[in-house]
Amino acid sequence: MGLDIRLPIGGFFALIGIVLAIYGVLSDPSIYQRSLGINVNTLWGLALVVFGVAMLFFGRRAAARKGSRE
Amino acid sequence: MFRIELHAIDYAILAIYFAFVLGVGWALRRYVTTSSDFFLSGRAIPAWITGLAFISANLGAQEVIGMGASGAKYGIATSHFYWVGAIPAMVFVGIFMMPFYYGSRARSVPEYLKLRFDEKTRGLNAIFFAIMTVFSSGISLYAMGLLLQTLLGWDFTVSILVSAAIVLTYTLLGGLTSAIYNEVLQFFLIIAGFLPLVALGLKDVGGWAGLKQKLAVVSVAHGFAPGAYSHSWTYLGSPAANPMGVEWFSMVMGLGFVLSFGYWCTDFLVVQRAMASESMSAARRTPLIAALPKMFFPILVILPGMIAIALTQDAGHTGFALPPKPDGTLNYDLAIPMMLGHYFPSGILGIGLAALMASFMSGMAGNVTAFNTVWTYDIYQAYIRKGESDSHYLRMGRLSTFFGILLSIAAAYAATRFNNIMDLLQLVFAFVNAPLFATFLLGMFWKRTTGHAAFSGLLVGTVAAAIHHGLTLPAGSVAGIKGGWLALLHTYPSEMAQNFWTAIYAWTACFLCTLLVSLATRPRPESELTGLVYSLTPRPRDDAARWFERPAVLGAIVLGMAVALNIIFW
Repeated sequence: MGLDIRLPIGGFFALIGIVLAIYGVLSDPSIYQRSLGINVNTLWGLALVVFGVAMLFFGRRAAARKGSRE
Repeated sequence: MFRIELHAIDYAILAIYFAFVLGVGWALRRYVTTSSDFFLSGRAIPAWITGLAFISANLGAQEVIGMGASGAKYGIATSHFYWVGAIPAMVFVGIFMMPFYYGSRARSVPEYLKLRFDEKTRGLNAIFFAIMTVFSSGISLYAMGLLLQTLLGWDFTVSILVSAAIVLTYTLLGGLTSAIYNEVLQFFLIIAGFLPLVALGLKDVGGWAGLKQKLAVVSVAHGFAPGAYSHSWTYLGSPAANPMGVEWFSMVMGLGFVLSFGYWCTDFLVVQRAMASESMSAARRTPLIAALPKMFFPILVILPGMIAIALTQDAGHTGFALPPKPDGTLNYDLAIPMMLGHYFPSGILGIGLAALMASFMSGMAGNVTAFNTVWTYDIYQAYIRKGESDSHYLRMGRLSTFFGILLSIAAAYAATRFNNIMDLLQLVFAFVNAPLFATFLLGMFWKRTTGHAAFSGLLVGTVAAAIHHGLTLPAGSVAGIKGGWLALLHTYPSEMAQNFWTAIYAWTACFLCTLLVSLATRPRPESELTGLVYSLTPRPRDDAARWFERPAVLGAIVLGMAVALNIIFW
């Protein structure tokens, strides 16, 4: 198909990862009592950014390869 | 009443998610020009994508809410739905059955039945299937509406109408490709939302060792041996020794063989994903690739339920308790949603909620895309309007997507009777799906099987299921929708045991009937059955693929891992 699924998935997770990580830094630390004192927003946000960027990287690499073959 | 409070950041994350879901549908709309693009994705999708869609399409309300509820109610034995149920069946469909589904170029499972048997067998299956998909999609919708109402105070009607509208929009725009692409996005989102939940819950109860200790208290309080909630096989010797109320034979035969093979090997909802893949080899690898993450899904959906019941047992200390229902039993269906509210601060709560909604929507979209295909190809084209142009059927496909969703909404309002959603679905599958696997098994592997035999076998199997259900009851229930509506001959220790045995009787009745009628009727000439029956079809060659991509190798790896999981959690 014309659209590589990795691109929207990568874009989505990179975006919500960034939003989550920034919110984690700015938010009131007291909300993390329920998550056992761990700032899950920053930690998990960064993890999602890494996943999203990796998806974007592989998706773009595949597109570049396909482009050079044609 | 327990309520989850959302903040602006959570709504923002939900909004981003919905924007991407609709955006994928929008980006794909220009690739849909023929009915084959709409219903089969033009058979052009790589195996890893169809593989993830294969599990995601099944990841509806049944999986997330039902498995969480069962994890809380029955403990780790719920994993049998994966390790004895889904995984062996997925390996079987990939290695042995996919060559016929994909190789025959049938566009749907009912169409395969027409090629192999006859028109009436296809018609029977198509109509059964269409009703079942609408019903499942309605249950998914109902469960979501109820959940959003209970947890967030959102209006039931508005919730289901908005989510139905989103599913409708993206499936209308991009057809099956759009549904599959969104299922892959939802697959990752569900992991992103639930993995941190499990990690926090497990840390809170003191890891696996701490969880086992707490579950031992739960187990003893329910009158079982201390390990009954944390061992999957040890206590299956007798139905009285485990909370599920089943013994190993009905577990292996009823759930493992009949129900799971019936579902994963013959249900067009999942098989359709494999049929959309780009080659025979990709089609065969689809369920095998799906099985790899699938076998670890108990961590995401069953473990949170087990943690929830452990925390409830120690509520004074942990501050977490599943609420009781009006009849006094615990509301197990709330296990996962309440865990989300308990551990997630706003921010990641938006992701957890998006994951929950994603699971409902992928389950619904899966049903709707299977419904519109079966309706258009197997009912409309076969019986109502033959020989129209392709664009006519594409239009009908879009129209039936719309009506399929309307019917699901109607079903959502009707689905309010059972306390455990999964038990209800198991019941429906037992009636319709259990005999089906006997028909496919004989049809694919015994060339003597005839169309009259397949048709009568399916009818007899379904009737046998209904009669068995009508003559038995689970302990503690009254005659009615739970069974015993004919007479009461036997009482099972639990509803699950009754369902498993219903399936075993249905399968056996269908198998015997198909066998006997086949011997009494005239078989089709062998020349017509090439590509449809095992002994008359050349073996598919997979020597072109890299060694780890060969279906047999991949299948052996998957089975080995599943056996290891069974032993580790024995």
